[in-house]
Amino acid sequence: MIQDKERKREVIVKRVAQELKDGNLVNLGIGMPTLVANYIPEGVDILLQSENGYVGIGPGPEAGKEDKDIVNAGGQPSTVVPGAAFFDSSMSFTIIRGGHLDITVLGALQVDQLGNLANWMVPGKMVPGMGGAMDLVVGAKKVIISMEHTAKGEAKILKKCTLPLTAVGVVDMIITEMCVIEVTKDGLLVTELAPETTKEEVSAATEADLIFAEDLKVMNV
Amino acid sequence: MKKIKTIDEAMEYIKDGMTIAFGGFMGVGTPEKLVDAILAKGVKDLTIICNDTAFPHNGVGKLVVNKRVKKCIVSHVGTNPETGRQMNAGEMEVELVPQGTLIERIRSAGAGLGGVLTPTGIGTVVEEGKQKLNIQGKDYLLELPLKADVAMLQGSIVDKKGNVYYSKATRNFNPIIATAADLVIVQAEKLVEAGEIDPSDVMTPSVFVNIIVDGRE
Repeated sequence: MIQDKERKREVIVKRVAQELKDGNLVNLGIGMPTLVANYIPEGVDILLQSENGYVGIGPGPEAGKEDKDIVNAGGQPSTVVPGAAFFDSSMSFTIIRGGHLDITVLGALQVDQLGNLANWMVPGKMVPGMGGAMDLVVGAKKVIISMEHTAKGEAKILKKCTLPLTAVGVVDMIITEMCVIEVTKDGLLVTELAPETTKEEVSAATEADLIFAEDLKVMNV
Repeated sequence: MKKIKTIDEAMEYIKDGMTIAFGGFMGVGTPEKLVDAILAKGVKDLTIICNDTAFPHNGVGKLVVNKRVKKCIVSHVGTNPETGRQMNAGEMEVELVPQGTLIERIRSAGAGLGGVLTPTGIGTVVEEGKQKLNIQGKDYLLELPLKADVAMLQGSIVDKKGNVYYSKATRNFNPIIATAADLVIVQAEKLVEAGEIDPSDVMTPSVFVNIIVDGRE
């Protein structure tokens, strides 16, 4: 399995980027999901949404060229692409909750085999608030969790989440540096393994029950 | 009716214990001069409604840091460590509301609705104590309207009648909170004569605005 921290991230975000299809409206969560924007395949035209109120996120501005009126959902200076549109927060969450967003990509603290997601608080330790996460995962047509497979050796893909939930039964796909998992009605289906990674290693790093696809592939990363 | 007032005149309406809604997302779109005026006047025990508590140095984050807030109703506090500290120490009450729910609670208050039904929060701690309704086979939470005593907006261009245009990502909560408060104060980044904003470009109609302060003051 992959050990190098940088390579792990690269594998995850490159694989997530392959899920984005031409014409999709996509919301990338704060942190690692943001990096997916750097790997969007050539010829694939994606519109990125920022929940504070626009579609058409552009690259970060050059130093000294920041526009005080444009930040991304993390509060950092941003730009917009030609064809972008600004709107208010009610419109923003009409897009999100109303089923108009094709894909949302977020990190997770825990995911379980029923597609439940916990990613907004650790009681007594970290309570940043849910922000737009609960709406995003309830409303988006496809919910992709991008994260490292384990946290300090502890499994994050569980039979049942133990942390407070963000939403119930919403996760469609989990992409880690070890594998690609689809959440199906029969359970968690591993469809791809990362290069240099074995089924046994994935099983050992996962608490949830896993089904390995008959036509198990190797991630093209 | 003359809506233009000095910041000091506008502050005469602001009292301890009020509920004030602020525009802004991480401080962008928050009327900083009005926040500073609240600090200078010494107003305290506020309940604030805002998307987030910004950063310690900007937006409503300054009100939290200076201990003027009794309770905040927000979706996110992660960028202001002082909010977390006061929350954990029991010094300030924090009601966390999903962002899409927060804006619709405000919008429903402003639109005269009895609340809003949302699937967001079903099966989470957010549903505690709330009425759940099954509509056409799907579960929803009944989320109640949320209104403020005062709304404080930042308008990028404001005309002397009180019509407001918001630039880029500063719009966020501003036009929604303008509909759901007893008193609406807009800080104008640029103040122009009536007619200088094309009526098609007006984002908050003047009918919602009570007081205009010139942000260059």
